This record gives sequence, structure tokens and C-alpha cells, in this order.
Amino acid sequence: MSEAEWTIVALSLKVSLVAVLVTLPTAYGLAWVIARRRFPGRMLLDALVHLPLVLPPVVTGWLLLIILGRNGAVGGWLFETFGLMLVFNWTGAAVAAGVMALPLMVRAMRLSIEAVDRRLVGAARTLGASPFRAFLTITLPLSLPGIAAGAMLGFARSLGEFGATITFAANIAGETRTLPLAIYTGLQVPGSESDVARLAIIAIVLSLGALLVSEWLVRRSQGTRAHVL
Amino acid sequence: MSFDVSLDMAVDDHAFALEFASDAKLTALVGPSGVGKTSTLNAIAGLLRPRAGRIAVAGEVVFDSAAGVNLPPEKRRAGYVFQDARLFPHKRVSANLAYGARFAPAGGEIISQDEVVDLLEIGHLLDRLPSTLSGGEARRVAIGRALLSAPRFLLLDEPLASLDESRAETLLSLIERLRDELDLPMLLVSHSSAEVERLAGRVVEMTAPGPA
Repeated sequence: MSEAEWTIVALSLKVSLVAVLVTLPTAYGLAWVIARRRFPGRMLLDALVHLPLVLPPVVTGWLLLIILGRNGAVGGWLFETFGLMLVFNWTGAAVAAGVMALPLMVRAMRLSIEAVDRRLVGAARTLGASPFRAFLTITLPLSLPGIAAGAMLGFARSLGEFGATITFAANIAGETRTLPLAIYTGLQVPGSESDVARLAIIAIVLSLGALLVSEWLVRRSQGTRAHVL
Repeated sequence: MSFDVSLDMAVDDHAFALEFASDAKLTALVGPSGVGKTSTLNAIAGLLRPRAGRIAVAGEVVFDSAAGVNLPPEKRRAGYVFQDARLFPHKRVSANLAYGARFAPAGGEIISQDEVVDLLEIGHLLDRLPSTLSGGEARRVAIGRALLSAPRFLLLDEPLASLDESRAETLLSLIERLRDELDLPMLLVSHSSAEVERLAGRVVEMTAPGPA
């Protein structure tokens, strides 16, 4: 790989990893609440979580711009209080990727939390565990395959994120130009077909690699019959 | 009084009321299927909340709707042996046995892990995962797990169901020994009149409510 390609790949990996790691706890918390709690507004929460999945990504990017942009409600406050600006740099790309990955991560984790027999949690309680300890020792370890699957899906989704990223974080070489944005940019330039092909192959290898690695992790922890997807 | 219970329960579409007080070491709860025996155990353990009533075990009130008392399960410390054993599938037998011990109050121990392993003859199972155990083995481990959690009383839901005769006999004499050697109120749900006759000092019969 050339140095320019390395920059793109390293940026893509950094953006996707940070997006997944930061989104993971939130996604798991939301998944647990939706799976286990019954409260008014649960449907609304579920719908909100799924919004990035059904909205055109450009619209999600635009909403992020409105909320988190330099003049946005939250973005303005972040800038004035911490001097933090999310647009036009890699953290913005990570935010866009994380938001787009959230629904897929919540779905995978929610399914695996729902699959944990609640009666096991009851058994743990009779044995002296507080609700939190029962969660830590029973629900969390038993939903580990869902966490792995969610992380994997989220990573793949982040790696491929385009619409929300280009709208919210823009397309700046070395800063927010991840693999898909680089491929798109290459397509605009006549004569760069081979560069585009190389980037596309790298994208395929990375995505496939992520799938294989997470499959291997799940099998190692859950036995050979377990699967990520 | 080992058990002093008066309950008004609604579980799904089924409602029932039950009242009994027993000072026997082992009390049996009998009645046709679906009458609410397991729900009663769940209510006593704190896993189900009755609509109204009062539950006292060994003199301690664990639930009283009028006084607003409703201890969570972890404060009631039931040694609950579920009919389906309900072992934790991701933990080996040894970790299942040890699960409750770490939450047990200091000095509350009624029996050591070595004694339990000996008594229940489960030494050869310690490294196995629950999915590899037979029904009888799983039930013995479940009894061990309950005993090691420093329980204040025992709830046994059909502990001998679907065991072959020799296994059932072993477990029956074991329950007899626990009853005689430990100072724990025990509540047993059973369908077998022979079992009830041999173990129970007091029998509480639950009957289906007649057509309304």
C-alpha cells in the first residue's frame, strides 16, 4: 500500500474503532432497557434508536449538523465550554459512524439479552445477588455473543459509512476522508480507476477480516457451534 | 412458626388465595397441577409479588402488603431448589455451587462445600458444565447450590420428579437427613403421596377454586 492509502486505511480504522468503542456501552444500555423494561415511551425510544437505520443517511448527517455543528444547540455549547469542534475533523466522522451504527448494535444486543432466561436472573437473586450483581454475573456474560455480534456489525457499518459522514464531517483528506469517501473522491477524478480498485479491494479485505475475527472470538468463548451473525 | 402465609395471588389469568401456618420442620404443599403451588413458592422466595397478604418465615416477616413490607429475594435468603434445577449454563458445577456463598453473610454458613459435595456425591461433576449433566445430577447440584448460599429456609419444588427409583430413594433419604440435621424450615411441593407421607410433618392441600 502507498502512503496515501495507509493514511486512508489508518483513519478508517481509527474512526470505526472509536465509533464502536464509544457507542458500545450506550447501545448495550439501550438494548437492555428495551429488552427488559416496560414503561410508557418504550416504543418511542425504540423508534428513536432505529431512526438512523430508516432515515436517508444524508438526513441523519444534516440532523447531526443542526444539533452538533458549530452553531448547533449542543455543538455551540461544546465549542464555547470546551473549545471542542466535531465538524470537519475525525471525531466528527466517528460521531457520524457511531450514530449510524447504533441501531444495528442495539438490535443484535437486544436479541441476545432477550434470549437470556429471566428465571436464571431470579435464581441468582434467591442466592443473594442484588439486581446489579445478577446482571453482572448472569445477563452480561450470557449476552456476550450479542455484544460481539453488535460490535462486529457496528464496525462494518462504521467502515462503510458515507452519507452522514460527508454531510456532517465533510470530505477532508487525512482528517475525515475514510475509505468510502476516498473511493467516491477517486471516482470523480478521471484516470484513477486503478486507485479506486485498490481501495475497494482493501475495503473488502477489511470487512471480511472483521467478520472472521469476530466469528473466531465468539467461537473461542462460546464453543464451535456459536455464530456471530 | 416455620411458615405463616396468607396470600392473595394473581398470576397471568389465574387468581387464588391461600392461607396456612405450620410449625413443622418440613411442610408439604400438595394439590393438582396449575393450582398455584409453584407460584406460592415464588411468592415466598420474593420472585412474585402477591396482590395482598402476609408472609412470615421462621418468625421474620418478609412480605406484608398492609405494612408495606416487601423484602427483595436477596434479603429473604430462600434456598430455592427449582423443579428445572435452573443451573447457570455458563458456569461449571463448582462455580454454580459457589455462586451463593460469596453473598452469604459472615457466619451464616450452614454447611461447607466439602460436606455438600460428599453428601450429594457430586465430586466427580465439579468440572462439568450443566448442559452435560443428567436430570438427577443437575437436581443434586441445585440442592447443593441452595444449601451453600447460607439459606434461612428451603423451598423444594418437586425435587424427586422424573428421577428413577434408586436415585429418588437416595435423594429422599438425603432430604430426610437435611430435615433432621439442619435447623431450616422446609417447604416441599410434591405430587407423590408416598414422598409427602414420609417427609412432611404437616400437609397443606391446595384446591382449585370451584366455578365462579
